[in-house]
Amino acid sequence: MSSDVDAGGPPKAARRRVLELLVGSGVAASLVSVLYPIFKFLLPPRTGELDADAVAARADELAPNSAKIFRFGNRPGILIRQADGSYRAFSAVCTHLNCTVQYRTGEHDVWCACHNGVYDLQGRNVSGPPPRPLEEFQVHVRGQEIVVSRGSRA
Amino acid sequence: MDAKHSPAARIRNWFEERFGKGALDWLTHKQVPRHRHTLWYYLGGMTLFLFIVEVVTGILLLLYYRPSPGEAFESVQFIMTKVRFGWLVRGIHAWAANLLIFTAMLHMFSAFFLKAYRKPRELTWVTGCILLLLFLGFGFSGYLLPWNTLAFFATKVGTQMMAAVPVIGTWLLTFLRGGEDVTGSTLTRFFGFHVAIFPALTTVVVATHLFLVQKFGMSVPPSVERAHPDGKVPSYSFIPDFLLRDLMGWYFALGVLAALAALFPWDLGVKADPFAATPAGIRPDWYFLFLFQTLKVIPGRVLGIEGEQFGLLVFGLAGALWLMVPFLDRNPHGRTGQLLAWAGVGAVLYIVAMSVWAWRG
Repeated sequence: MSSDVDAGGPPKAARRRVLELLVGSGVAASLVSVLYPIFKFLLPPRTGELDADAVAARADELAPNSAKIFRFGNRPGILIRQADGSYRAFSAVCTHLNCTVQYRTGEHDVWCACHNGVYDLQGRNVSGPPPRPLEEFQVHVRGQEIVVSRGSRA
Repeated sequence: MDAKHSPAARIRNWFEERFGKGALDWLTHKQVPRHRHTLWYYLGGMTLFLFIVEVVTGILLLLYYRPSPGEAFESVQFIMTKVRFGWLVRGIHAWAANLLIFTAMLHMFSAFFLKAYRKPRELTWVTGCILLLLFLGFGFSGYLLPWNTLAFFATKVGTQMMAAVPVIGTWLLTFLRGGEDVTGSTLTRFFGFHVAIFPALTTVVVATHLFLVQKFGMSVPPSVERAHPDGKVPSYSFIPDFLLRDLMGWYFALGVLAALAALFPWDLGVKADPFAATPAGIRPDWYFLFLFQTLKVIPGRVLGIEGEQFGLLVFGLAGALWLMVPFLDRNPHGRTGQLLAWAGVGAVLYIVAMSVWAWRG
């Protein structure tokens, strides 16, 4: 290493710079080829959101002016039976910070206990911190089952 | 650039201002002897590199692995098929584990035959032996985690051997299995050993081992010592000369690992069914084959005790003797030293022969 003799050709310093560039870019490329798979691995694969319809309740389960939380894919949904007997269904995930909302029988509204967010029965955010309305689902009564599906797919 | 103001010099100054003069000298003072056996010095570093690979890939696998009999197999399947580069991460974890045991064994036998364990390096030898035991524990516990048929029955057989240990056999068996049989409790336990207990112990022992290597430097084999009666063996510095060569080896090893994982994907097998008959061809990982084969061919009763018990007794005594080698071999040119060297040759031949026999049989 120390006995380099500069016998013509480009000066030693220039040659060294070329070598350093080659080694450096080789090391950098190797690092990328190690880190790229790791970063890809860290992000979980999409498990394919379960868009299939969900059976939210049996037809005789909910009395007027009551509600229940049901499982919609991986997330909770809320099925509300209004005082007039009609059904509405929303995502039960508060648009503020992802708490799960609940139906208030006294106020006839949807309330989030975490930060006192309130939605009306159209899912609109009417008071408190929630920035957006709740996502609304479509409700179908199929025989004895109340079936909920995502609006765009129904 | 003026050497006094080079980045290295400035870092050194920063530390010396705080920790006293010569605080970093241990980094630069270490010399590695240069002779025809120098190649063997790389095996420890290679084992360390493979261990680091195991830690990194192991942490990655932990993100998706689920240690319960209902989910373990499926989660590994998920890693292999759905997670991006999951096949690569698991493949490297499995391949590096096997190569690690191989390099650790080579490292141990090279230290043995070059008599690197001599005073003052007795504890380096002992900590090294403990590390090999820990690695075998890692291998044994990790083998079960995918919860496939092969692993399930191999673990049944492997833990059942513990029952032959006198007095505490039954207790040991129940402790290892988390019950009387290999069940989900065993899986949870082995997972705990594999990702918490063994890593914690290994970290401490590796740190001690490395500290001792750093403290005493590389051992010079007796034959090289004799060739240099003046004690002046040619050497180069550990940093950067040896370390750079180490890094080149590691870089090459990483390429080999990726190639192995890509060309020879690690099998997942069939999900374990505790109530199915054991299929033919159940066997442990290759590094347990010599134990497996010995217990297979040992007669039912030897010298009035059970064959299995006799086997375990002999292996236990041999292991204890192996651990004590530095304390037995005080004079490398004396009779004991030569006897031990021949015993080592015998041990290697025995392990290789038994493994080949098991592999073919």
